[in-house]
Amino acid sequence: MGHALYQAGLAGAMIVAAGVAFAAGSPSDPLNSVMWEALRDQYFAGAPVVFDDAVRVNAPAAAEDTRAVPVSVDATALGHVVEMVAIADLNPFPLVLRYHPGTAAPYIATRIKIQQATAVRGAARTADGVWHVSGVMVDAAGGGCSAPPASYAQKDWADHVGEVQARLWPADTDGVARLRLRIRHPNDTGLVDGIPAYFIETLRVDAQTPGGSPELARIDSLEPVSENPVYSLDVRPPPDATALVLRGRDNQGGEIRATIPMPPPGAQPAMRPAMSLKPADQPWSVGQ
Amino acid sequence: MSMTLLRRLALTTAFAAVMMVGAATGSARAAGPLTYDLKPTRIAPDTYVFEGSTKHFTRANGGNILNSGFIVTADGVIVIQTGPSRRYGEEMRAAIRKVTEKPIRKVFISNLHPDYWLGSQAFADVPIAALPGTIAGIQEEGSGIADNMYRLVGDWMRGTEVTVPTEPVYGSTVRFGDHRLRLIPLSGHTAADLMILDETTGVLFAGGVVFCDRTPTTPHATVADWLKELDTVDGLDIRLLVPNHGHIRSDKACVAQTRDWLTWLDGTLRHAVDSGLDMAEALELPIPERFEVLDVLREEYRRSVAHLWPKIEQAAMPRVN
Repeated sequence: MGHALYQAGLAGAMIVAAGVAFAAGSPSDPLNSVMWEALRDQYFAGAPVVFDDAVRVNAPAAAEDTRAVPVSVDATALGHVVEMVAIADLNPFPLVLRYHPGTAAPYIATRIKIQQATAVRGAARTADGVWHVSGVMVDAAGGGCSAPPASYAQKDWADHVGEVQARLWPADTDGVARLRLRIRHPNDTGLVDGIPAYFIETLRVDAQTPGGSPELARIDSLEPVSENPVYSLDVRPPPDATALVLRGRDNQGGEIRATIPMPPPGAQPAMRPAMSLKPADQPWSVGQ
Repeated sequence: MSMTLLRRLALTTAFAAVMMVGAATGSARAAGPLTYDLKPTRIAPDTYVFEGSTKHFTRANGGNILNSGFIVTADGVIVIQTGPSRRYGEEMRAAIRKVTEKPIRKVFISNLHPDYWLGSQAFADVPIAALPGTIAGIQEEGSGIADNMYRLVGDWMRGTEVTVPTEPVYGSTVRFGDHRLRLIPLSGHTAADLMILDETTGVLFAGGVVFCDRTPTTPHATVADWLKELDTVDGLDIRLLVPNHGHIRSDKACVAQTRDWLTWLDGTLRHAVDSGLDMAEALELPIPERFEVLDVLREEYRRSVAHLWPKIEQAAMPRVN
């Protein structure tokens, strides 16, 4: 059952996994995915792996649009996290992205293509080398990865590739600021006959400060991320930041660059899901 | 595309044996134990409705989640919506036959959603009327819509094929025998919504414009336009309102209910986008208690997030390069 590759990291995992559901030997996949062992060996080779609900993966139980299924991975409960991944087990390309949070909070959300009903996972690697894995099942009609991008239906699509929309919310008391990015790009998987793969590969967010441009976070983005991808991140801009800078590149060498202004004075920090709207907080009147 | 075609082919193959038996006995109707057990309810003079469930399309209900209807006029029977499958259409036609010997005069289809028209095969010998936008929508999306229904309800769909409405209709008042029908073209719930008001009885077949105790669906919706459609309904003098989904009522309470839901939904999503919430997080936002009377509430809410969120978000984020 593929235990061999796994043995190396096991002892370490046993030590740090106190309080975490953990079977003797290779932990069996709570989602019972046929791909789990192969994916574990491919993406977490040799590293200890635990299934840990401290990593929260949010996705709908059924995909309404298989070309853009919202997924968020929140590992803030783990404290400091070095790297995160998102995986859709039964996709032709299971790996969705790798996230290097740097100084950012270990949270990332995006939208992904799904080819068929699948387990969707989030994993977070803590400084001790352990991967904490969690996930949900997403039912789907299928075909999201092998559908041509809608962009190509527009004659002028190529003129708009690399256009960035962005919004940064003010930092909360903990210094965390929500950043949302939307980038015009076909983000094509290359699975449709005669259309080569064309997708964003790297994105980096730096802060612009009088003293330099420290990196805040970095994403290695891959084929399953939706067309015109949207990312939500929780970055920590230094207090003297005058702007954020987004730099990226696609697999055909196209550059992405944008300067994201700091929030206007008086703007409110982003709403957190935990403190999200109670019905009584409804700020508009019915019938408006 | 090829995936859905393959799926359809696989289903066809799986049922080939059964279909061959059907063909050999000359039966137009698919064999099998499944039945919708359609029983017409008389709701007004000459006017009947087949009341469906307020749930989702499931393998248990075969997609019977609608209120189709018919009006028996001196000039023949007017059919409104044909249901989610060929089987439904055939059972509907047989049930109408038990009420009247009169021939079917015309069929009206209110929009492009699957439960309105996938039973049209059973009425292929009579004019099937719809708004031009509905006909265009079925031509464009009909095959994908049918594929999805095969996936959702399975065997109930056996033998169902896309039957495109044959007769474009526009806003007008038409007379069938002693019934005067006002055809009201609108857009909002979908790009082309046809409401039919029988001025003779005061019965309004509202199609998808009004939902009653069932969460409204939004895959083709433009909320601002939909709210205007509800204003139009408010301005009509009616005695009975037949929504395609949910309960039939003699008042307009469900016009207000549909408006309340759409207003809350749109406002909530806009506020959430503006507050920095991510789409995945928005799936779990709390829904006020007053909406618990709406069936399949959380499921439909989540579908609506998928339909409405991306556009709201795109419009709310400034260009930065």
